[in-house]
Amino acid sequence: MKNSIITKALIVPGLPHPLLAPEKNPGWQKLRHAFEEARKEIENSDADLILYFSTQWLSVLGYSFQADPKPSFTHVDHNFHALGSMKYEFRVDTDFAKVYAAKVKALGHNTMLPNYYGFPIDTGTIVAQKLLNPTNRLPAAMVSCNMYAEKQETISIGRAAATALQESGKRAIAVLVSGLSNRFFVKEVDAKDDHISSAKDEEWNRKICELLSEGRLEDVAQVAREFGKEANGDMGFKGIWWLSGLCGETNAFSGKLHGYAPIYGTGNAVVTLTPKEPVLARTPDTTSNAIIDAPGAPEPVGAYPHARREGDFLFLSGVGPRARGKKEIPGVTQDSSGKVISYDIEIETRSVIHNVKAILEASGSSLDKVVDVQVFLTDMQKDFPTFNKIYAEVFGKIQATRTTIEINRLPTPIHVELKVIARV
Amino acid sequence: MTKQKGKIIAGVLAPHPPHLVYGENPPQNEPRSECGWEELRWAYERCRKSVLALKPDVLLVHSPHWMTVVGHHVLGLPHFKGISVDPIFPHLFRYSYDLKVDVELSLAIAEAGKQKGLITQVMKNPDFRVDYGTICALHLMNPAWDIPIVSISSNNSPYYFSNEVGQEQMLQLGDATREAIEKSGKRAVLLASNSLSHRHFTTEAEIPEDMSKEHIYHHGQYLWDMQILKLMREGKAKELLAVCPEFFDMASAEVKAGALAWMLGALGIPDYPATVHGYGSVIGTGNAVVEWRAPEVRL
Repeated sequence: MKNSIITKALIVPGLPHPLLAPEKNPGWQKLRHAFEEARKEIENSDADLILYFSTQWLSVLGYSFQADPKPSFTHVDHNFHALGSMKYEFRVDTDFAKVYAAKVKALGHNTMLPNYYGFPIDTGTIVAQKLLNPTNRLPAAMVSCNMYAEKQETISIGRAAATALQESGKRAIAVLVSGLSNRFFVKEVDAKDDHISSAKDEEWNRKICELLSEGRLEDVAQVAREFGKEANGDMGFKGIWWLSGLCGETNAFSGKLHGYAPIYGTGNAVVTLTPKEPVLARTPDTTSNAIIDAPGAPEPVGAYPHARREGDFLFLSGVGPRARGKKEIPGVTQDSSGKVISYDIEIETRSVIHNVKAILEASGSSLDKVVDVQVFLTDMQKDFPTFNKIYAEVFGKIQATRTTIEINRLPTPIHVELKVIARV
Repeated sequence: MTKQKGKIIAGVLAPHPPHLVYGENPPQNEPRSECGWEELRWAYERCRKSVLALKPDVLLVHSPHWMTVVGHHVLGLPHFKGISVDPIFPHLFRYSYDLKVDVELSLAIAEAGKQKGLITQVMKNPDFRVDYGTICALHLMNPAWDIPIVSISSNNSPYYFSNEVGQEQMLQLGDATREAIEKSGKRAVLLASNSLSHRHFTTEAEIPEDMSKEHIYHHGQYLWDMQILKLMREGKAKELLAVCPEFFDMASAEVKAGALAWMLGALGIPDYPATVHGYGSVIGTGNAVVEWRAPEVRL
């Protein structure tokens, strides 16, 4: 499948035991063999790079992308330090990292490209790299796991990887480094006595393994939230959303479970997924009836999405000038009690248009596809001339239909809001 | 000659935002800043002056960034040297450290913990990189690095059960720590390396030290932080511990990692007021430098 951006997708555990101490426990040895089988599956791959998402590389400020072309260090796991040290030197595709980071930034997220000696690479990525790509035959790319991100955002980060691959003209082996159930024993256990820490976790793990061995990646992504909650999934098992977003959100894979075993009470599996159909990048949210949450737009102030697609049309909720993650409203000056002291309709209008653009682009549309606009102003007499001038700068050539209404008040201390309908 | 009984001469809530080290521009840290987070840095200066005047023999730090799941771990080798790079803020913190461990006391704490039924482990891998929470708190308290240290990990596993169970275990670890210090004959200072409310911004100002962009993440967090600080200032540690499990959840509080409960337990749940040297936000999180000094401890 020459035109597929993904040649193989893998799910592998990130604990160091299969790398550092496989001989101590039959289950850890089983996982080591499973890694070995997976490595053989990809050793002759014509992929251009191997792309990792590890639940152990946590970020807060958006997303980070390893940008050191040759990171090297001696790593020791903070928890299982007694197992030994992991010396590494990796080869990183920094060109791809930059393209991927740009795609994620375009979604409205903060991005970082760390290129510093000693920047910590997490245990999970090191274990996976050393067991799957031990000679650095393939350059690696690594993206962090944002600890605050929920389902929709994590899917969009996966989709952005697909777009970055497509635009780069590269093909990747995608690796999710994540455990299944993540309930550790809280006491020391003899390696030979290791087992899954609860029967409930075991049952859930078996179900996930069964689905994955049938290639049903998207079905697993759909039950991930419940699995995460019921079986204490590794980081809520959110990594599967990234993998599914990257791999087209389908079940069109041949799955193979190479091994499943406990490590210190947690559930761990090595799975390979081979696409049955070419995996291609898709326009964000092209599914009909999609509900869109745009990461670059301000958080909704009620129970509504930023936009909703119906057929070929996109309906946006009312968009104001607020900025995501900020307390201050662009153009609005308030005193300590929140009372508006003054406002600048020009700044507010430009911010509204910026937010509309962000939502449209996150939905696979754009400003030039706007067909109808409703405008709400709180002071028509005072603000209309300035508003109208700025509106014309952007929408003059687009020629969307428009209705402008004066209203008493908007839900937050803002003075302009747009309600937009666009084509996808 | 009989060894004199050791004593905890002070306990400090010693948050570890790398921003404070970055704002100070010490020679060990590679990135350079213009300024930043002065309220907290000056709070640390006041606290440092107060605590170091007591001439402690050892500084003990409990950090949430050395996360363990199987027990409470302590550093068990005499010397660690390396570079600490913050995975979240690598552009602010790339610090070359060189520290000496009081191994004797570390082992005694691990043993005392075991005697109380806690799981403890001694970390003896020479390649181990000391976590940045430990490094930051120690630098801010003693930038000369001329006092031996004890570093204790943050054992997350008790919190699998509930916040209350987790806190109870940290109080036990505090008891074990106090007993080991008393037997050691040393004068010890405890550093609880935790912030208070801990919801971060997910974006950063173009100039990280641009203080016009710095404020608490939301007012609810601030109210919680003030409630907690009020209890500290009034010497109500017992009430503080009672409210903490709710604080953890309501303000995403970092003290959930256990350092505060450990320290208060080691201090015997103090009923005397603490000194709040300062409070400020760092990328939206609430941080305070607070010192507990037993009334009988004099210079």
